[in-house]
Amino acid sequence: MITTVAHLRRGQKGIIKEFADGILPIKLLELGCLPGNEIELVQVAPLKDPIYINVNGTHIAIRRSMAALIELEIIEDSPL
Amino acid sequence: MSKQIKVALIGNPNTGKTSVFNQLTGLKQKVGNYPGITVEKKEGVCKLPRGVKAHILDLPGTYSLNTTSLDESVVVELLLNKNDKDFPDVAVVISDVENLKRNLLLFTQIKDLKIPVILVINMADRMSRTGISLDIELLEEKLDTKIALVSTRKGTGIDRIKELIADYKNLSIAPNVDTTVIAPEYFEKLKATFPKEDLYKLWLVITQDVNFMPIEKNPINITASFATKSKSELKRLQQKETILRYQFINGILKQAYKVDINAAKGLRATLDKVLTHKIFGYLIFFVILLTIFQAIYDWSSYPMDFIDESFASASEWVKDTLPPGVFTNLIAEGILAGIGGIVIFIPQIAFLFLFIALLEESGYMSRVVFLMDKLMRPFGLSGKSVVPLISGTACAIPAIMATRTIENWKERLITILVTPFTTCSARLPVYLIIIALVIPEGRFLGLSYQALTLMLLYLMGFGAAILSAMILNKIMKIKSKTFFVMEMPNYKLPLVKNVVYTVWEKTKSFVLGAGKIILAISIILWFLGSNGFSDDFENAETIVTENIKNEGFSDFNKSNIESTMASYKLALQDSLNSKVYALDQAAINDSLRIKEMTLNEKATNQEIASYKLENSYMGYMGKAIEPVVRPLGYDWKIGIAVLTSFAAREVFVGTLATIYSVGSDEEDTIKNRMAAEMDPKTKKPLFNLASGISLLLFYAFAMQCMSTLAIVKRETNTWKWPAAQLVFMSLFAYIVALIAYQIIK
Repeated sequence: MITTVAHLRRGQKGIIKEFADGILPIKLLELGCLPGNEIELVQVAPLKDPIYINVNGTHIAIRRSMAALIELEIIEDSPL
Repeated sequence: MSKQIKVALIGNPNTGKTSVFNQLTGLKQKVGNYPGITVEKKEGVCKLPRGVKAHILDLPGTYSLNTTSLDESVVVELLLNKNDKDFPDVAVVISDVENLKRNLLLFTQIKDLKIPVILVINMADRMSRTGISLDIELLEEKLDTKIALVSTRKGTGIDRIKELIADYKNLSIAPNVDTTVIAPEYFEKLKATFPKEDLYKLWLVITQDVNFMPIEKNPINITASFATKSKSELKRLQQKETILRYQFINGILKQAYKVDINAAKGLRATLDKVLTHKIFGYLIFFVILLTIFQAIYDWSSYPMDFIDESFASASEWVKDTLPPGVFTNLIAEGILAGIGGIVIFIPQIAFLFLFIALLEESGYMSRVVFLMDKLMRPFGLSGKSVVPLISGTACAIPAIMATRTIENWKERLITILVTPFTTCSARLPVYLIIIALVIPEGRFLGLSYQALTLMLLYLMGFGAAILSAMILNKIMKIKSKTFFVMEMPNYKLPLVKNVVYTVWEKTKSFVLGAGKIILAISIILWFLGSNGFSDDFENAETIVTENIKNEGFSDFNKSNIESTMASYKLALQDSLNSKVYALDQAAINDSLRIKEMTLNEKATNQEIASYKLENSYMGYMGKAIEPVVRPLGYDWKIGIAVLTSFAAREVFVGTLATIYSVGSDEEDTIKNRMAAEMDPKTKKPLFNLASGISLLLFYAFAMQCMSTLAIVKRETNTWKWPAAQLVFMSLFAYIVALIAYQIIK
């Protein structure tokens, strides 16, 4: 199974893997969503969507559907 | 006049760009925390050392020159168009120290356009707390620019910016990054086709429409003929460019930027945990909303009562002091009544803007968006629609402008179309006065009926907005890719100065903007109401006096005089019995006679005035539309007020004030006057439960605001949508009001 940002639990971190060009909106890349960067899931909205991530020091909210497009490798387990 | 240096301020949202602008120009403006709050064009003049002046343009916040929204395209179009009168001599890129890496992306793009550029690193006061250290000299060298380290919170570093601007000719214009390496062959071909053009500029022009289709056409139009690459290929190249730039930036920051990870960042995490909690998050949001409404309805009633009384007495004073005549009447009944109708709004609007400014400044608004996004989506709206819908309770105009941050066109269009349903502050005076007139004073579970009615009206406004959004979402066939990316800015303690200024600025622009219309309409109404063309109008005095002689006063006046006389008689009798005054029967009879005479005179004047009004231009207009409004329970006077409200709703009360006070001596405030208004046929109060509810519903749903229609036209670039709003909302309002009146009656 492919692991994506949508699979992260709160507090978990991962490193973004290489992804196919053109699948993510340019704005996400501009905000630092680039291969090799670290992503942490900070908070999940009460209805499970959207999610709130910290990527490379920038805090952004994205919807789950988009998060499912960002592949990553989990590096740190949730503190729970 | 010497030539001014043209400066453009550019930067990511939430970097304090507007604060820098305020400090440079001294012209204080709004600083928001909700991404994209700076949407209007803002300009100012700044005095530089050695007597030079600079013209400063504050551009909308943008993350890059890859356009994805209307705001961003404003920036790109200016920077690509050398012939634009605002094309800058020097660009000042504002960044904040905590997000320097991301901010530098935009910087390198502007640098590559070969525009002289200065880098401002803001929020320097946060460096020690967040454990950041910077090697400014190294950064200047590697980025090939000049840097000003600034703290707008503490006001340091501004002089350095001014010096650098004055010295802009010494800035290097060499590019940072060679973009052509992302697709060497492609750029070779470009160069061969357009040998004279700058390649990077050309690249930006070509890729401008890839992610965003601007409504207006680009100033440089060479793209259409050069579609050698497909959109998706171009998108891929844009991503390559972004990665390339980040590689460049990372290389530099590795040496020049150190951050101590152990420095505290706990507050943000804790606040986020509470404010976006699945129970507390909504609870806090609800409590905040309740507080806002409480402030608007309760706290602001004191200054409002004061304003109401002041204007009533000012009007009286004018009439007593100035010689009687047309001019005096114009001042007392046209102008003063009109201004009073505007000024009375100020407390409520100020409170509303105060709260909105606080929520935006603190960073809380973004959390609301985060909380609400999923809830809004089934209705075709986005979390970002919440801010426009809430701002809509102040005024639909800024609310519709705030929709610019919604990237998805369909979501944005739906938000624009439904926002006018939310209860704006202009509806408030209409609601307040009608509720006070027709809703009884009792309490239900400790809450007054009147407050509950008001809340119900607000809920209905939101309900109508949400419901029509759902319908629009179903019927509109607009294909539009959904993507939602929102920065969650750090929490900040709102700067008192910024908040105070926002409240001042917004209130002022409302009063002046809407005030002009209201005042103009008041004067026109006064003229139409105090002039007529028929003989009946000319001879009103003789006709009415004659009528009274023959048939006596109208029933309302008759009973009014009787009851007043009765209570007066009792009062006199009391004082006679208690022997406080040395009164005899003769004196009492005298006093009674005088009282009756004054009352008769007043009643006569009132009847003359109302007869005149009925036969004035306005009377004819009102009677012409009476058949249309009669089924809703309105007479021709209310009909006129409803009609004029199509210019702006807040005119309603002012119009009635003008209509009722024309020619009569204005002792009673407008509310009492309205309560005394009788239906000539049924002889019952005209403002009763049925007609009152009908009026409330009509105002809740009808599209009665010219300014909103104009702004919708501007934002959608077609008359189609505002026309649809006008027809649909007003028809809906008419039908709902009709049904309500016919049922309750």
